[in-house]
Amino acid sequence: MVQYPATRLDTSFAALSDATRRGVLEQLGRSDASITDLAEQFHMTLTGMRKHVRVLEQADLVTTSKVGRVRTCKLGERRLDDETAWIERYRDLWDSRFDELDKVVEELERKETVNGRKKR
Amino acid sequence: MDARRDSEPTAVKNRTTVERKSEREFVVTRTFNGPARLVFDAWTKPELLKRWWTPKSMGMSLLSCEADVRVGGSYRFVFGHDDSKTMAFFGRYIEVTPHSRLVWTNEEGDGGEAVTTVTFEEKGGKTLLVLHELHPSKEAVDEAIGFGEGLRETFEQLDELLVTLGASAERS
Repeated sequence: MVQYPATRLDTSFAALSDATRRGVLEQLGRSDASITDLAEQFHMTLTGMRKHVRVLEQADLVTTSKVGRVRTCKLGERRLDDETAWIERYRDLWDSRFDELDKVVEELERKETVNGRKKR
Repeated sequence: MDARRDSEPTAVKNRTTVERKSEREFVVTRTFNGPARLVFDAWTKPELLKRWWTPKSMGMSLLSCEADVRVGGSYRFVFGHDDSKTMAFFGRYIEVTPHSRLVWTNEEGDGGEAVTTVTFEEKGGKTLLVLHELHPSKEAVDEAIGFGEGLRETFEQLDELLVTLGASAERS
């Protein structure tokens, strides 16, 4: 488990303590959306939605990028953290399997050498 | 790749790398200090396979390991802490080329079949192993990564916290 510093936890909990912001995260989990889309969906003004998104952004739960006049929101680096952590666990699993496999291969090779000598 | 010969008696540990190639693909690579036919044997003979497939760090042991390594043959590995709670890993071999290539399906997932291809390439007495895993969909990968699960858990923990904070949370 990754230990987050207390301030980061505070920021995360503060960001998640609001029902609209949790709804926005769930929505972004399904697909990326612009601030305008989100404002419409949650019956809110653009300014209101921008504030919510900024709070989520500060907690690294959401990232935004502006193309032309449209600011698109998507789930932030926490999702990447999950993926990185999973890949690391997956690598660890194969790595420990392969350490054991090394021993098997080494033993097979040793046996072959011994048998080879006997035959000669 | 020319591996430098070390005078040290213990061989330097070979590195395992993992790369996500696309939304549905992962590739694992590793070099073994032995010829391809021995590494291939270790992947295809159940009595050898079960010696390395469940390392201690997995926290589970292999209760049974059946593998009929022929095209169309099936395999079934059963893991668990004891007989009461077990998990099976099963599927079919769809390609078996001695000492160079092994392809199997993995059928225990809900979202369709995953296909694993392992190639063994021998060079100078060493074997480069490349394992390629193709998942049936992006959703299957997401599920494996546990992203959805993670977020749901966060919300559940948060809900509990909010209940305990009660009125003070309301006021702030």
